[in-house]
Order: sequence, then C-alpha cells, then structure tokens
Amino acid sequence: MLKRLTAVACAALALGAAGAAKADISGAGATFPAPVYAKWAEAYKAQTHSQLNYQAIGSGGGIKQIEAKTVDFGASDKPLKPDVLTSNGLMQFPTVVGGVVPIMNLPGIRPGQIHMTGSVLANIYLGEIKKWNDPQIAALNRGVPLPNLPITVVHRSDGSGTSFLFTTYLSMKNPAWASKVGGNDSVQWPTGLGGKGNDGVAAFVKQTLGSIGYVEYAYAKQNHMTYALMQNKQGAYVSPDANNFAAAAAHGDWSKAPGFYLLLLDQPGAASWPITGATFILMHKQQTNADTAASVLKFFDWAYKNGDPAAASLDYVTLPPAVKALVRKSWGQIKGPNGQPTYVSH
Amino acid sequence: MSVTDLATTERTRPRGAAFDPIFKWICAAAATTLLAALTGIVVLLAIGGWPALSRFGLSFFTSTDWNPVTDVFGGEGPIVGTLVTSFMALLFSLPIAFGVAVFLVEFCPRVLRRPIGVAVELLAGVPSIVYGMWGLFVFAPFFASYIEVPAMSAAQPGSLLEMLTQGVPNGANILTASIVLAIMILPYMAAVLRELFLTVPVQLRESGYGMGSTTLEVVTSITLPYVRRSAVGAVMLGLGRALGETMAVTFIIGNSHTLPKSFFDSGSTIASTIANEFNEATTPMYTSALIALGFVLFLISFAVLAIARALLGAEKAV
Repeated sequence: MLKRLTAVACAALALGAAGAAKADISGAGATFPAPVYAKWAEAYKAQTHSQLNYQAIGSGGGIKQIEAKTVDFGASDKPLKPDVLTSNGLMQFPTVVGGVVPIMNLPGIRPGQIHMTGSVLANIYLGEIKKWNDPQIAALNRGVPLPNLPITVVHRSDGSGTSFLFTTYLSMKNPAWASKVGGNDSVQWPTGLGGKGNDGVAAFVKQTLGSIGYVEYAYAKQNHMTYALMQNKQGAYVSPDANNFAAAAAHGDWSKAPGFYLLLLDQPGAASWPITGATFILMHKQQTNADTAASVLKFFDWAYKNGDPAAASLDYVTLPPAVKALVRKSWGQIKGPNGQPTYVSH
Repeated sequence: MSVTDLATTERTRPRGAAFDPIFKWICAAAATTLLAALTGIVVLLAIGGWPALSRFGLSFFTSTDWNPVTDVFGGEGPIVGTLVTSFMALLFSLPIAFGVAVFLVEFCPRVLRRPIGVAVELLAGVPSIVYGMWGLFVFAPFFASYIEVPAMSAAQPGSLLEMLTQGVPNGANILTASIVLAIMILPYMAAVLRELFLTVPVQLRESGYGMGSTTLEVVTSITLPYVRRSAVGAVMLGLGRALGETMAVTFIIGNSHTLPKSFFDSGSTIASTIANEFNEATTPMYTSALIALGFVLFLISFAVLAIARALLGAEKAV
C-alpha cells in the first residue's frame, strides 16, 4: 500500500508541477488502476513530453464523464455490456488485471490454511453460516483447528469494482445469493459491517476476531493478511498470487467476447484464481479530433509495450501478449472525422 | 454666519460620499448571492431528489430496504441513524462543554484562560478526516477491548444489558460514532457557552456573591437562568454540526442501512451514506435517492437552525 501511495503522491506532484502546461490527454474514472496509470504517465512524459491528466473519481463518474465527452477517455472497473456500448457509441478495452482476495482474522490459522468455495463463502455473506466451526466450513477444512467463534462479515461500504467482482462471483456460485442479493458495485448486504475503501475493510478485519472480508490483492499482500485458498472451476484450491490471476486472464476467451465484455470470474484452468477481473478504458468510436484520440491510443500502446514492469512493481497483473494483440486490432474501430482509423499500432 | 451654519455646510458633502451608493450595491449584491446560492441548493436538491421521493413516497422514510441492485430505496436507516448519533453526541458533550465554560468564567486563574481558550479553538480546527482515522485506528480498538468486551461479558443472558450491548465487539458502532461526534462538537459548544456566560452582567453575579452565595449557587440561580434560552440555541448549533458531520462518522459507524438495535450495533447516517455511495451510483434512481437523502438532511438541519435562531432571538428581545 505504501508503494502505491508513494507512486500516487509522486504522480500528483508531477501532475501538479506540469499543471500550468497544456494537458495533452485527459481521462477520468476508476480508482483501482489509478496508481499504475499515474506511474505510466510519469514515465511516458519523461520520454515523450506528452502529458496525461487522470482523475480517479470512481468508475461511475468515469462512465458519466466519457458519455458527456468531458474527457478523452473514461475508465471503469466494470465492463459495459455490448448493447450499452453500442447505444452510447463507445468501445472499451482492458488494461490491467487484479484479483479480489478473501481475508480473515482467525487465531492460530496460517495464511492459506483455510480452504473455501464460492458457495460456502456466499452462505457466510448471507449470514446463514454464523460460526467458524460450522459443518459446511469444517467439511472443506479437515484437520484444521477451526475455532468456535462467531463470524463477523466485513464488506465495502462504498460502491466499488471490487464489490462488483466479489458479489458477481458469489451470484455465479450460489443461487440463493443470486436471487436475494445479486452482483453490483454496491448491494443490499444481508449482514455485516461496511468499511470505507480497501483500507477500511482491512482495518475492521484486523481489529475483529473471527471476521472475514475481501480486499484487492495488493492490500492483502502488503498487509500480510490471512487469506483463504479458493476452489476454482476445475475444483483445484489455488492461492491468490499474480501467477494465478494471470492464468485466469489467459484462460479468458477474449476473442469471442464482443466489445471485450468479459468477466474473468470462475475461469477454467488448473491455476486460475476464481475472483479475477480486468479494468477497462472507454472511448468514443467516432472522434471529432483525430489527433487527441491518436495520442490516447499511443499512450496505451506505449504502456502495453513498456509498462509491464511498472505495473508488476505495484502488484497489478498485466495482460497476456495475445490479448494485447487483440486490443490493438480493436483500436481500428476508433475513427476520426474523415472515417479513417485515428491510430494504427506498429 | 453663525456657528451652526458653518457646521452644516461642512458636513453636508463629506469627501467620497459619491461612493456610498456603490458600496451599498456591492453589499446588497453579496447578500443576494448568498440567498441565491441557498435557494439554488434547495431547489436543485428538491428537483434531483424528486424522482426518488415521488416513486417511493412515504416508504422512503419508513423502509430500511436500500437495494441498489433492484433500484429500491428506503432511507429510514440513515435518517434514524443521523438523528440518534447526533442526539447522543449532544448528550455526551453538553455536560463537558458546560463544565469547560463554567470553569473558564468562574474558576480559571487569569494565566490559564488563554491556553485553555487556545486549546478549545485548536480542537475545533482539527479536520474531521483526522478524527475519523483516529477513531478507526486508535479509539475503536481501545473501545472494543476496554468497554465493549467487558460490557458484553458482564451481561446476563436475557437481561436488558445484553439487549443493549449485542453486536460485534470491534468498536465500529453507533456509540463510538456518537462519542467521536461529541468530541468534535465539544469545542463549538464550549466556546459559545463561554461567550454566553460572559454576557451575564458582573453586577448580578457580584451581588450574588455579596449575598454570600457559593459559586454553585451563583451558576445555577443567576448565570443559568439569565442565559437559559440562548444556551438552548448554542446547543442547537452543536446539534446542527453533528447532523452534517461526514468523514469521521463514515469511518467508524459500520455503515449498514438497517436500524440500529443496540448501542453496539452498526448503522449509518445520511452524510456517511452519501459520501460512501455517490461516486459509484450508476443508475439515475440511485443518484436521485442519494440526493433525496441530502434534501432530507437539509430540512432537518434547517429546522434545527430555525429553532436555534428563534430561541437566540427571543433572548435578545427580553
């Protein structure tokens, strides 16, 4: 977390210092990828003297701003459905991938010692499983000394892409969750406490014996939280780490997903982490200023080529090369006033 | 030429008199801007909240069903949470604010007056996010282990205490939120009460002492009756601030939209709900429901301030 904060602070300083100069491209939206966009922008500016101004105002705000055309690109943690894209004349493409990790506070339990399935996790969040030594949890964890502690459910209080991935995954694995709660940025939580942001959830879990929560991978890793192994589609229990998020991203069949509308939840593959998701960039297909659109695409093309180490240092997972190639091809849909593609990647 | 004639001719046109009408217009414009901004806010809140208020009607105030997935919104949880935490905060901070004010006016040695006054002002200047983080990382864990856990383990099964203390012992509940709010409104109330106590004419108090009254008797029989109504107004001002407090509460109230069932239960307030959810409110009805909550908060604050003004005004007229 500190690393990310420093990156944001540095980027903010860089942006502030150059604030007087002309902002070449502007974007707004999701907070989750903001640190990596800021780091990329910093490196890109050093090389090309082109300025990127990104405002992390949340995915909802990013979608509203790109629809109103007040920014050159929007960013959202939740992909827009193909029909919504079409009706707004938008296209979207993924940039980086992240994972959502269930974390817990259990005395005497090591990270990765608890095994969990999506369905049981949903029953915990529904408030139906109330104690850690419940038979449903015990059946998944033979030989683990589960304490007779009440379970305190912790969730996000603010709307977020992290909650969207988590609740959508629970909907896929548990019909009761799907009918009673559903998947969304924010839902009507049947039980539990709401913490503000990943920080708030992590703090409540740390302070509450017997609690369970969910946070972005970087927070689980940097705070050394006790995490659970999750059962994936193939029945294997996998640990939350960058390789397993990458495995899920690689198994996503992007080529068959119109408008890149693809949730990386519950993907096949022995190593795939089941609660994985990409974050997206939104742009208008018909551009009034071909040069601006070209500068935006040029920036992301540069980031695809050179940005992977920076992203990895901030605990993001980058896209597999095949997916990047597909995205580059999709940029042909973005056309200038003359009907020609604004940017062709070389 | 008489002396009076000379005086009037010299006084009729002071230098710069031509600017007075302009000055008057500038001031009038400033006042109008303020009124226009206030009206604009009310009107926009009403218009923005209308879709939600008209669709859910009375159930917006009587239902705790707050479901962004199905687009059904009932604000009873946040509305009740706002009122409960604010009044509890008032209850906690009033005696302390009163004590601070009486000490400063009646007992405080002259040397200490300034330092304590400055301390009160500093407390008022701490940004609310700082209170929030202090509440989340310091106060909540402390409260959980030294108050909640002992209280919950002392409670007999089935007793009233058990009912009042049920919840999760982690310090995120309406009671801790109220206590942090109480600390936040304390300096305002202490400062206003002190000013009020200083308005009591010295003759009155001195004659009280001259009659052989104790300090307690002077405070209860002379000072308090003299400022009674204004003091209620001061209290209302503190309440107004507690109602709208956002970040500190958001961090430690636990943010659930249900009605709090005990002191250790989590809840939410209108301001914390808006702060939490406005960023990612994607459907128009969701946004409208949050704006409608804002409108309700505005009405509550307005009512509180109106009562405060009425009481303060009444005092001056006496």
